[in-house]
Amino acid sequence: MSVDHHAEHPTGISRWLFTTNHKDIGTLYLVFSFIMAIVGGIMSLVIRSELWQPGLQLVEPNFFNQMTTVHALVMIFGFAMPAFVGLANWMIPMMIGAPDMALPRMNNWSFWILPFAATLLIMSLFMPGGGPSGGWTIYPPLSVQGGIGVDFTLLAIHMLGISSILGSINIIATVLNMRAPGMTLMKMPMFAWTWLITAFLLIAAMPVLAGAVTMLITDRHFGTHFFDAAGGGDPVLFQHVFWFFGHPEVYILVLPAFGVFSQIIPTFSRKPLFGYASMVYATASIAFLSFIVWAHHMYTVGMPMAGELFFMYSTMLIAVPTGVKIFNWVSTMWRGSMTFETPMLWALGGVFTFAVGGFSGLMLAITPADFQYQDTYFVVAHFHYVIFGATIYGLFAAIYYWLPKWTGHLYNETLGKWHFWLTTIGINLTFFPQHFLGLAGMPRRIPDYALQFTEFNQWSTVGAFFTIASQLIFFFIAIRAMKGGAKATDQVWEGADGLEWTLSSPPPYHSFAVAPKVK
Amino acid sequence: MTDAMHDGNRQPQDVRTTANRRLALKLAAVTLAMFGFGYALSPMYDVMCKALGINGKTGRTDAQTVAAQPVDLTRTVTVEFTGLATSGLPWEFKPLVRKLELHPGETREVKYLVRNLAKEEITGQAIPSVTPGETAPHFKKIECFCFTRQTLKPGETREMPVRFVVDAGLDKDVQTITLSYSFFNIDKVSAEKYGGTSLAQAGEHDAHHDHAHPAPGG
Repeated sequence: MSVDHHAEHPTGISRWLFTTNHKDIGTLYLVFSFIMAIVGGIMSLVIRSELWQPGLQLVEPNFFNQMTTVHALVMIFGFAMPAFVGLANWMIPMMIGAPDMALPRMNNWSFWILPFAATLLIMSLFMPGGGPSGGWTIYPPLSVQGGIGVDFTLLAIHMLGISSILGSINIIATVLNMRAPGMTLMKMPMFAWTWLITAFLLIAAMPVLAGAVTMLITDRHFGTHFFDAAGGGDPVLFQHVFWFFGHPEVYILVLPAFGVFSQIIPTFSRKPLFGYASMVYATASIAFLSFIVWAHHMYTVGMPMAGELFFMYSTMLIAVPTGVKIFNWVSTMWRGSMTFETPMLWALGGVFTFAVGGFSGLMLAITPADFQYQDTYFVVAHFHYVIFGATIYGLFAAIYYWLPKWTGHLYNETLGKWHFWLTTIGINLTFFPQHFLGLAGMPRRIPDYALQFTEFNQWSTVGAFFTIASQLIFFFIAIRAMKGGAKATDQVWEGADGLEWTLSSPPPYHSFAVAPKVK
Repeated sequence: MTDAMHDGNRQPQDVRTTANRRLALKLAAVTLAMFGFGYALSPMYDVMCKALGINGKTGRTDAQTVAAQPVDLTRTVTVEFTGLATSGLPWEFKPLVRKLELHPGETREVKYLVRNLAKEEITGQAIPSVTPGETAPHFKKIECFCFTRQTLKPGETREMPVRFVVDAGLDKDVQTITLSYSFFNIDKVSAEKYGGTSLAQAGEHDAHHDHAHPAPGG
């Protein structure tokens, strides 16, 4: 497969600045996202340190609120989304037998917007009046009243949005136009399917956020009054527009991870994926439903009863296609010859953790119950289980699964398992007690709390430091695998199936210049 | 969908590049349309609120219409009054009656007191809101100081009337309604001088924006 002149590429900094190679750009995305993960992780430690005991110890309340806000924005837009776009860049062309992404020049551009957007976002913290402190949902009136830091954030969100829209257009064009001959849509690997659907979600949802952000900017500076009650606007309108984006965004974060689980579980069960077609339809159903459930984030704004019932039932309906997926994974494992290498551990841990978050999500979907849970730590526990379970477990599963393919070296399996188990203990220690805190009434986004919440908060803080310290193992493993180690075979995993495993490990710089034939 | 999809890599390079570009442009058009849709949600929201009578745009009515309505003597409703002069408006502003009880359908009048504490003439505009929001369509004003701007000379005190009716269609479960006013300075420069913000669009004061604010906590 590999021909010598295919391996030629510019060296040094210009290779990375001007690259149009999907593997290079995938690497850039992944490196960028892990830098952002470190930034966001440090912010979470500031939050957890302040919450170690009641009262105000370390930071000013306003700075604390900036930390909760920017932590979320960095983790969602700077870490989770770019990390999966990076995986898509690396893997989709190799999985569907394409030589590269469909629009390589645009691919370069969509990555290089990110560092500038992230810089703007972080800079907002150093502006007079500080960064945004009204929560990542940037609800007015706080987001209309804030200082110049809010403007930096709004522009950063615009740029991050443009980047992910460009990335999505590229992924759709790649999947629809660049597949190897014989690879019909229903023969595609699930990761390509879930990303195709995610990319459609992105181009439908991100522009709506861009609209909401633009309205905020014009409300702030150009005398419009979309959200200002004093001028005839309505802050509740913002919540509707925001969550029309915001709920699909949740699935944008989790669906690609579902694709990863659907690649890994069959590999280590040594059986094909159970219910492939139903998996595709379930993913599409989740994507569709995600557009009609948004107001379950705002049950307490004073909606009419009919609205609350509609959003409650439609939200609960999402459990059906999600259940289809989970049962398909379980059925894939049923009577399989299972082994538990690190990627499999992450995939199974991810399904389990996500299921916990899914169940607390069902609790939150019940309107009258949500009146109790709204804006408490129960919600914080819920979405961290969802995002950790799907997005972060999915990301680590994917990295361990494909790292030998990328680097050509096997990583240290023992350390990989340590990384998994320590992280799993850490995040459960961090977030499980937050369920109890929330049910007992501890509100989110507040730097102080009542005395009786102290013990669970201390568990949570210990867990947060434990979790983040455990990630050092990951960086050690990844860097060591990049530098050397035992040679990986082309197939890497005994049960692995798919075009990417027909390439050498590491793959040539330009792969599938001649399209493979798919039977 | 497209030919390139089925034939994949067998297509010559430039044919596929054209197909990719064409698809990218279509997707860009979708993106643009969704951006427009985000904006369209704003008027759609207003239309929905009006059509379904939700989010409480309160009504205006006149004395004749009210006289023709029956009064429901079988039950009483408590109406509470509050008022706030926002930070850009150096006025004292409060209701003279904190609460009263009435029968749905009967017309009542209350007065608010306003005093200009500044040493200059200032014009303000009051924005009403009714809680709970679902009651707003049944809360109708016949006369209100919020219908027009109010200009007060330095030190001037004024008693301002609100004449209103809660119509008999009010939900049986509602026992208390709160009417609240936020008084805004309509002049931006003047508002900033007193350390606050002005009414966002001072010029549109006659477009009677009655907003029921939803319950807090959302």
